[in-house]
Amino acid sequence: MAMSREEIFEEVQEVLVDALGLDDDEVTEEATLMGDLGAESIDFLDIVFRLEKSFGIKVPREELFPAESLMNNPEFVSNGKVTEKGLAEFKAKLPHTDFSGFESDPDINKLPDLFTVKSIVNFVEQKLNAA
Amino acid sequence: MRWIWIDKFIEFNSGKSAVALKNVTLAEEHLHDHFPGFPVMPECLMIEGMAQTAGILVGEARNFDEKVILAKIKKAAFFDFVRPGDTITLHAEIESISEEAASTVGRIMRGDDLIAEISLMFSHIDNNLAGKEFPEENFVFTDMFNSLLTGFIGDKASSEQST
Repeated sequence: MAMSREEIFEEVQEVLVDALGLDDDEVTEEATLMGDLGAESIDFLDIVFRLEKSFGIKVPREELFPAESLMNNPEFVSNGKVTEKGLAEFKAKLPHTDFSGFESDPDINKLPDLFTVKSIVNFVEQKLNAA
Repeated sequence: MRWIWIDKFIEFNSGKSAVALKNVTLAEEHLHDHFPGFPVMPECLMIEGMAQTAGILVGEARNFDEKVILAKIKKAAFFDFVRPGDTITLHAEIESISEEAASTVGRIMRGDDLIAEISLMFSHIDNNLAGKEFPEENFVFTDMFNSLLTGFIGDKASSEQST
């Protein structure tokens, strides 16, 4: 049976509460993983493993969190800004992420702010619908 | 004293689970300070023992090709003291394993008594940390650890080490 968005959010919330040692009310849709919730690189792998288990889906880390490999590519990032080509690549690789606010000032330091709880919920929703 | 907090393996199911055993003895220096008059095995060393048990399990699952580093303690809950003379068993299971990392769940028992529940995350550091480079040789799995597996997986560990 298909899960509603609300159910997906609740499950994602539980995953993040367990993985990052948070309280339920800290995990809002708008919360950013690194800035607000304090996630570090190893936590992303932990989150990936937990999502796979909770939802019974396969989550290649590159798909959910591809930023690391993209950020190290000079074609995509130059002078601390994401280039047009980079932006197109990010959008293609991250269909579950909202770039509307980022496009006007594609400062690389703001990139982490794009990874929100909502983007994980979107990702899981797309995965479940595709299955 | 050597930095090794398990004495031997008593079960080893490659890629799945392992059980290690440790005998706790008053010959261990730190027990005399932790705490004076009330010696107990420090909980942090039980975590290290579990990291060694689970870490060897994770390393062997990939033929010791990866440098396996403890990256995160997901859970560590303790239910009783471990005293000199106690024999504890450390039970570790691989929950997930991928190119970059592995997660394990585990518990420490004294006979039938639950002493601790310890779940860990390990990083395969060559596939992580944004391509940072590490020495070629596998400095994590030294002969000291490989010898623990003698009798369980033949000479696989030691022959990998020497090639």
